[in-house]
Amino acid sequence: MTTVIQTRGLGKQFGRVTALSDCDVTVPEGRICALIGPNGAGKTTLLRLLSGLARPTEGEMSVLGSTPRQDPAFLAGVGFLAQEIPLYRRFTAEEHISIGAHLNRRWDPALVRDRLKSLNVPLDRAAGSLSGGQRAQLALTLTLAKKPRLVLLDEPVAALDPLARRHFLATMADAVADDGLTVVLSSHLVADMERVVDHLILLSASHVQLCGDIDALLAEHRVLVGPRKDTAAIARTHTIVQTVHTARQTTLLVRGNAPVIDPAWESSEVGLEEMVLAYMGQDAAPAISDLTSVGGET
Amino acid sequence: MINFRIEGRSAVPPYLQIVQQVRQALRMGVLKVGDKLPTVREVVAATAVNPNTVLKAYRDLEREGLVQARAGHGTFVRNLPPGPPPGTHSRLGRSLARWVREAREAGLDDESIESLLRVTLQAAPEEEIA
Repeated sequence: MTTVIQTRGLGKQFGRVTALSDCDVTVPEGRICALIGPNGAGKTTLLRLLSGLARPTEGEMSVLGSTPRQDPAFLAGVGFLAQEIPLYRRFTAEEHISIGAHLNRRWDPALVRDRLKSLNVPLDRAAGSLSGGQRAQLALTLTLAKKPRLVLLDEPVAALDPLARRHFLATMADAVADDGLTVVLSSHLVADMERVVDHLILLSASHVQLCGDIDALLAEHRVLVGPRKDTAAIARTHTIVQTVHTARQTTLLVRGNAPVIDPAWESSEVGLEEMVLAYMGQDAAPAISDLTSVGGET
Repeated sequence: MINFRIEGRSAVPPYLQIVQQVRQALRMGVLKVGDKLPTVREVVAATAVNPNTVLKAYRDLEREGLVQARAGHGTFVRNLPPGPPPGTHSRLGRSLARWVREAREAGLDDESIESLLRVTLQAAPEEEIA
């Protein structure tokens, strides 16, 4: 299996502020990878490093077999769509297609026109007068027109309504099915994209919490529910990700496949959103359990 | 041709939803031997699921012997799933409808009926073992 992205000990400091630290991630070819984390977790920083727009202050990375840098050969393979959806407001789609033809080595104007027509995005209207969903589709289609092997999308669906979101993700997945490219898309929510992603990078507070194929990650996590009791025995064989106590009950989200011998614990499978929220809420967990016990049987 | 509906909130993973919908369509006669399944790209464009999810579902169906992939042409129905002869479903459906009417008359709401059905289904294989 070919690896498209590999980083080791990657870090980025802005002055005294750490944006990303000790980041080890791997993304194999052909994956649609969700880059999930709360605001300020370092998602945009990681995407900018991978696209060669920023330089790391520590660590190393390999993207499409080389080190990201501002060089035409590297940039031809990578499509990056920034959060603010950069388009020229006064220019039409047709004019954007002409600009792209001048700025890129590979460029497929017919592909852009066909895709935009099938998406009902008009080619002759100024980008500023299109709907939010149409602007996002135009920007994505232009990103795909240079036939990149890796597409990096920063919060692409955050500003879109549910239908436009679905159409945007369908266009993206269609390109993956068609060209076998690899996609990394960031979001602070996983629910939006659960059906389309098959790989996950979870960032929290500048650190990588999880990275891997989603099926494999889900298989090594589970939820244990039992009467309120000491969790030390579980902690010896499993990593406890999240603990929620009520007056009588304890709910744990654990990582590890070792058998749980104590029959008091009832074990069940975990969903993607549940697992992600458990990791993102690790700092907030005590507050949640306090709230629960106030509302519970105290 | 059938359309797949992928329910994001379902506990059933998307690939299994596709497998189940194909099997159901075969049982109900919506799909027949020789029919072509939608291509991966058609499913992806309509439902925004990951292309690998569709491939996995089609591979599962192929392993079951229900469909066959022909390189460059698509995936075609090869066999019907093993099971009772056609008509069985509608006959059992009618007697179930009678039972549901009886249960409602006895004062059970939909939730109690569903949980009763679930408990009965879960208990059934254990009884067979015993």
